[in-house]
Amino acid sequence: MSTIDYSVEERLVHGDRSLKQIDDAIVNPLDAKPNIKYILALGLTVTMLMIGAASLGWTFYKGIGVWGNNNPVGWAFDIVNFVFWIGIGHAGTLISAILFLFRQRWRNGIARFAEAMTIFAVMTALIFPIIHTGRPWVAAVYLLPYPNQHSVWVNFISPLLWDVFAVSTYFTVSFIFWYIGLIPDFATMRDRTTSKIKKVIFSVLSLGWRFSNRHWQHYEMLYLILAGLSTPLVLSVHTVVSFDFAVSVIPGWHTTIFPPYFVAGAIFSGFAMVQNALIVIRKIFEIEDLIPLKTLETMNKIILVTGTMVGYAYGMEFFIAWYSGNQLETFTFINRAFGPYAWAYWIMVSCNVLSPQFFWFKKLRTSIPFMFVIAVFVNVGMWFERFVIIVTSLSRDYLPSSWAYYRPTMFDFGLLIGSFGLFFTLVLLFAKNLPAISIAEIKSVSEGAQPSHHGESNHSANGTHGDGHNG
Amino acid sequence: MDKKLYSVAATFGNADDIILATGKIASAGYTNYDVNTPYPIHGMDDAMRLKPSKIGYFTITFGLTGTALILWLMYWVTTTDYPQVIGGKPFFALPAFIPITFEATVLLAAVGSALSLFIYFFKFPNNSHPLHDTEYMKSCSSDKYGIYVEAKDPLFDEVRIKALMHECGAENVYDVNYEEDFLTAKFEIFDKKFIGALIVLAIIVSASTYLHLNKLLYMTPFNWMMDQPKVSAQQKSTFFADGFGMRTPVEGTVARGNMPYAYKGQPDEAGKYLTNPLQNNDKNLALGKAKFLTFCSPCHGNTGMGDSRLNGQFPNGPTLHSDKVTNWPDGNLYHVITEGQNVMPGYFRQVTKDERWAIVLYLRTLQRALNAKEGDLK
Repeated sequence: MSTIDYSVEERLVHGDRSLKQIDDAIVNPLDAKPNIKYILALGLTVTMLMIGAASLGWTFYKGIGVWGNNNPVGWAFDIVNFVFWIGIGHAGTLISAILFLFRQRWRNGIARFAEAMTIFAVMTALIFPIIHTGRPWVAAVYLLPYPNQHSVWVNFISPLLWDVFAVSTYFTVSFIFWYIGLIPDFATMRDRTTSKIKKVIFSVLSLGWRFSNRHWQHYEMLYLILAGLSTPLVLSVHTVVSFDFAVSVIPGWHTTIFPPYFVAGAIFSGFAMVQNALIVIRKIFEIEDLIPLKTLETMNKIILVTGTMVGYAYGMEFFIAWYSGNQLETFTFINRAFGPYAWAYWIMVSCNVLSPQFFWFKKLRTSIPFMFVIAVFVNVGMWFERFVIIVTSLSRDYLPSSWAYYRPTMFDFGLLIGSFGLFFTLVLLFAKNLPAISIAEIKSVSEGAQPSHHGESNHSANGTHGDGHNG
Repeated sequence: MDKKLYSVAATFGNADDIILATGKIASAGYTNYDVNTPYPIHGMDDAMRLKPSKIGYFTITFGLTGTALILWLMYWVTTTDYPQVIGGKPFFALPAFIPITFEATVLLAAVGSALSLFIYFFKFPNNSHPLHDTEYMKSCSSDKYGIYVEAKDPLFDEVRIKALMHECGAENVYDVNYEEDFLTAKFEIFDKKFIGALIVLAIIVSASTYLHLNKLLYMTPFNWMMDQPKVSAQQKSTFFADGFGMRTPVEGTVARGNMPYAYKGQPDEAGKYLTNPLQNNDKNLALGKAKFLTFCSPCHGNTGMGDSRLNGQFPNGPTLHSDKVTNWPDGNLYHVITEGQNVMPGYFRQVTKDERWAIVLYLRTLQRALNAKEGDLK
């Protein structure tokens, strides 16, 4: 048996790069001409995006009738996709805020990328509610002044309005968090670039950042505060999304387990998506040493934990359906597992509950091809979770006379594909044009970056310092 | 023109040296100095003897402002501006307002503290600082740790500072001068570029506001639900040869339940031949009362006294307790309800056959109540 020395912290960045080389490794790919791998990837995602655009255009031209939504199933793929993409965003905030508060310094290499994924995931999710408004050009582009000609206000006690506040606050705060993290990197790029246009762009974006310690002091404090604000915020967002269902009276929706169950599921699927994207990005840009295997392994552990929590929630739902003695609730769950949508239910259970269990084995959770496949399964499973919750509950509600089976059409699938296309197009454009890894944060955790404190005055050891900007 | 010195700066190669040098500069009593490092160095705040950041007070102020503002808005909207009962809840339904209150608090706290960081603490944006574009700044933004002392410091002594820097192991020592442009430039409020930018901004804002308020808001909303492949009333039909969308029944047929009224324009015959098929029981009387109150009472009054509720907006209906009406046979009453009389329209569209007879029953009860016989007291 091998023994591990836990007193020595494992190194977070490999490859023994000097600080200058870290700059080069992160910034040079941004200035270089895109390689063939990148162009192929972008071509694929833009094609997917175009499929979505065509489906949406046809929907606008012909009307909602081209979708498969029918009488009892009025909410289908559109809401499934919305909830799925909002959930994907949660991993980014968890990594950038919650793991920051817990001083998990392995997050430094992936925080920026995960935050960007949060922003893009929320943007993708917002497509779906916006196309449902009667005047999307007003909803998407210009909501101020609020068009209130009839003086009728919104309904402040409706979960759908809570959703508007939760998602838009989440987007704004995530964007601020992301931008503030980017400022020092913009300044580094401003001082490196030789192109005049880029110099102007980065000067404007960096706002004139000077790396002054008198600024770093407030900057770190604000970063801590924003992390503290984002932590309850991220938990509130999927809680409020789950209220859309839990506050209604449909059997299978009207349960108190929904908020924690949705949040766990969101983190679960979000981590799987970040892990997938990171594996691709570190391959395309050849930065394997800045995002070491250890980081991916830790993410797999979180996938295992949250996946098991989701499995517990599935079991508890069934238990309560029986224990409550409520016939409608019991019927709904038996119908989910053995009714016409049993195929979707068992895809969900096998992808979400069974597949992450392989990560108990170190050999499997450190194998990149294997973990990639598992994470894809997790995302498929989480998409099906939302499908199962929404469609099975609606397709067989209180009145057997109104039961109907929901079948998606090719336009539903086109919009789903398009949402993936939009998300990954944005991710690829981001990774090519902005530093996908935080330069300042990676420097702060590289070898010898912090004072050794063998000298006179200092009392705080590296890595345990209370007010340090771990990021 | 003479160069004007902004500061003396030095760069160091590792984090230990910069902490050491900062400690010495701080203990030498300099106040106008700063450290520039590519990332925050642990222990630097202690070495510089900085007080903890006060930005948290801004956060809590903005956050509580958000709480108060949104609660006030929701209170004003739901109780004052447009009170509506929704779901049987009180107008000011505090538990249901908690999610929005929380989100607004976080939103204002985050946006407010980010803006105060830039504007109040950093005085940003500022791209004309003397340090920008210097060799010193460029090495500090990459891999060196820099410290500088400004020339305006009361203890400033170029030679002594340079000696101190070298002693601590500085790799490079720089003189940072003000740029000539910076010194000679006049920052006028009526600068041409500034005015130009304001004008462009004004045009963009007014054009987009105009477009929004006058065009975007009045574009036809998506109304596919109105646009269905069916024939609506008054629409042309391409299917039928005569082009009419609305069809008449086939000649000589009667639709179920639409038996034509046999005594059109013949009240006397109706009175002679028609009899009330309903029994005089509680159920029929209740039905008759409900229908009487709905359809008859607006003009004839709740008890049929001719005391209209319409206050003269429509000719008052006559009393139903006159001798004429009291002595009419049931069939005659039925006929008037069905076909109308004078300004009274016929009610056969709104009130079914049985309901009409029930009204007749109820009316008879009302009339009997005014002319009760002794035996009715039982």
